[in-house]
Amino acid sequence: MQKSAVRWGLLALFVDGPKYGYQLRTEFDARTGGAWALNVGQIYTTLERLDRDGFVSANGSNSEGRTVYEITGAGRAALTDWFASPVRDADRPRSELAIKLAMAATTAGVDIPTVVQAQRTESMRQMRDYVDLRRRADPDRDVAWMLLLDHMIFGLEAEIRWLDHIEATSLRRRRVVQQAEAVAPERVTS
Amino acid sequence: MTAVLRFDNVTRVYRSGDDSVRALDAVSFEVRTGEMLAVMGPSGSGKSTLLAIAGGLDTADTGTVEVEGTALRGLGPTALACLRRDRIGYVFQDFNLIGDLTAAENVALPRELAGVGARSARRAAISALEEVGVAALGRRFPEQLSGGQRQRVAIARALIGERRLILADEPTGALDSLTSEVVLEALRSRADAGAAVVLVTHEPRYAGWADRTMFLRDGRIVDATTPRERPEQILETR
Repeated sequence: MQKSAVRWGLLALFVDGPKYGYQLRTEFDARTGGAWALNVGQIYTTLERLDRDGFVSANGSNSEGRTVYEITGAGRAALTDWFASPVRDADRPRSELAIKLAMAATTAGVDIPTVVQAQRTESMRQMRDYVDLRRRADPDRDVAWMLLLDHMIFGLEAEIRWLDHIEATSLRRRRVVQQAEAVAPERVTS
Repeated sequence: MTAVLRFDNVTRVYRSGDDSVRALDAVSFEVRTGEMLAVMGPSGSGKSTLLAIAGGLDTADTGTVEVEGTALRGLGPTALACLRRDRIGYVFQDFNLIGDLTAAENVALPRELAGVGARSARRAAISALEEVGVAALGRRFPEQLSGGQRQRVAIARALIGERRLILADEPTGALDSLTSEVVLEALRSRADAGAAVVLVTHEPRYAGWADRTMFLRDGRIVDATTPRERPEQILETR
């Protein structure tokens, strides 16, 4: 997951009250169903940056001596902007799969349908597992978890449809080339 | 687990004049008791032919098709009709409901033809309609139902009784996303209770309800997922 997503995700946890660092980890896990485990170092680094940017501020210690932070007015305003803003394409991580298929399409000796089929089998396996997890989720208790699973399920669906489209396009192109070769082999091969 | 449906080297060629189309080409697979198989592939890849042959509605040119160990080729018309009525539930793309019968009568019909008393068949029909969320529509005739409602009635008819093999051709085609989940849950629970289910679908997320998915292209199996692993492990490995 991208750093900015962690930053905003952690800031959102302060909306319902002050928190200390380790508490952020357990709450983030609870709200996202443990889909993106964060390490403690990442949490404290992010917390320092949020403090530096004026989005949270230290507000004393709890009974165990842990520093407790709370969201500031500037933090609330920034968070409101984040919720209201769409995620743009440029913000998303580059897809290794897209790069792999772009390379497969332009590298001699690579059979695109074979690449597609291997990926589709794996994507379908993941799909099955996500659907299974979603089926077992409790619609009352696991709202955020189900939302995240839906995100992954619909994302995989788009990927599988895209793979189908690439396979069909590649095979159609192959047939066109074969037909052209059958009609005028000397022109195609020259 | 034993095979409920088995295809061994099945080929089906449709001929029209000098042209011929190889709808299925040396297809072999099996679906075991308690298993749900999804079949995907582009239009014309052979999915519906596969289902029609599995349900005894069409015949393979070569190869063997067995349902619960019985080769369909060796069955006479009466025995085949009984097998289809008692053991195989079929959801057609175009529903195939009888217009002169109410929804509940349509669903109850296979049970009544099997010799079950009318009252008992009716109770089973209402229960099957309940399972897909349309019990209140039992007294309506097909023409009084929306496309999605007709589809659910057709699914209830396929689920009624002790069907060992359920064949569903795009059963969610006319349904919205949430209603589709009701139907998939009904199919999945039949598989979990020991039936074998074959689901033909264009929707990857619906294929995800199956234990494995088989992709067809030009009548051949091009790739297939392996049976499921423990899903608890997946987030740790991602």
